[in-house]
Amino acid sequence: MAGEELILLNFWASMFAARVRIALKEKDLSYEEKEEDLPNKSPLLLKMNPVHKKVPVLIHNGKAVCESLIIVEYIDEMWSDRAPLLPSHPYARAQARFWADFIDKKLFGAATKIIWSKNKDEAEEGKKELIEILKQLEGVLGDKPYFGEDVFGFVDMALIGYYVWFQTYENCADFSIEGECPKLMEWGKRCLERESVSTFLAHPNKVYDLLMSFRNKLGLDYV
Amino acid sequence: MVTSNVKVLGAWPSPFVSRVRMALKVKSVDYELIEANPHEKTELLIKSNPVHKKIPVLFHGEKRICESLIIVQYIDEVWTDGPNILPSDPYDRAIARFWAAYIDEKWFPLFQLLRDAQGEERRAVVQKISEGLSLLEGAFVDCSKGKAFFGGNNVGYLDIALAGCVGWTRACDILLGAKFLDETKIPHLVGWVERLYSDSSVKDLMPDPHILIELYKKFRAMSEAASE
Repeated sequence: MAGEELILLNFWASMFAARVRIALKEKDLSYEEKEEDLPNKSPLLLKMNPVHKKVPVLIHNGKAVCESLIIVEYIDEMWSDRAPLLPSHPYARAQARFWADFIDKKLFGAATKIIWSKNKDEAEEGKKELIEILKQLEGVLGDKPYFGEDVFGFVDMALIGYYVWFQTYENCADFSIEGECPKLMEWGKRCLERESVSTFLAHPNKVYDLLMSFRNKLGLDYV
Repeated sequence: MVTSNVKVLGAWPSPFVSRVRMALKVKSVDYELIEANPHEKTELLIKSNPVHKKIPVLFHGEKRICESLIIVQYIDEVWTDGPNILPSDPYDRAIARFWAAYIDEKWFPLFQLLRDAQGEERRAVVQKISEGLSLLEGAFVDCSKGKAFFGGNNVGYLDIALAGCVGWTRACDILLGAKFLDETKIPHLVGWVERLYSDSSVKDLMPDPHILIELYKKFRAMSEAASE
């Protein structure tokens, strides 16, 4: 669209920023990506998201939209002429929002326990929580190819950013997500066949290296 | 439109349940309120909301919808012949959603901390709640664009999101002398609260702070007796 300026304040490993990158690609939108150095947040980020000071932020013609799922809905509503990201029926939309909200409320907390664990017990506790949550999500997926039924949609986008962190969680807490949730892993691989996902998701090895570098700086060793 | 198949599982003191009832009132949808004590995980509650086991739950025919803000959006999208709850402009919608999420994720949870905090810790929580109110004051100025409510001339999504919390905020002012609703600090929000009490969609659904205080005292007494 002529005269549209889109800027994404991004962090390559963020599962939240991934949602927005994928949504923008699904809608075939051009944008400028500004990579944030999270320990040294840019003045632009602090100005555009003064409340949370977090990425992602989408700046559309100078106006900031914050919070990844809110940004995805915004993108869907602004560019409603193509590639719907949410279902059209109100009940299906409510279900999609519910599970995306569940992912944000539960998954992040469990994952945080694992990646910042100071000892094996903490990692183990996080692992148990994570497996329970992933199994619940696997139950919701059932035999469907995607959470959005036949199409890749809102919940798929909400979860897929975490997929590249799975290897990191496995290494930190010594377990196999494939072993616990094979259908979910199949779903992840299926999503990676989409260009919007494969192009815009971080590589799992790089994510692991990043976490290790943070942990080393904090003096967290594995026993 | 058939509306007799709408039920709300909830309890009147809950700010989250209030939101659902306000949204249904805006849309003039009749419903049955099924009272549920949020502290008792009854079979009905667990069956209705197996994931979170919380109120409110909206029943619409065979459908169950959980999480108050998700329910409010569902109500807005289903009953399209009533007034709009969310703004029509996508950017304004994003801003309304942002502040509603802020209320639920950052601001209202502070009231839980306030309940158990003492001394210096309590003062710190009171300070954080006040800071949050200052942010919401700014949000009101931006969203209302000089009109009566966050939603403009009529109550909208963000009004509904926050209105349910007003009773508890006032209860804290009375019980703790917190002075949250201080017109020298948040004049627009104080004016907004007064207008809520005159608005037909919300005024009868905002929990009375005095009754909330009595309820709270009873609950405290029961918890203390149980722990002895």
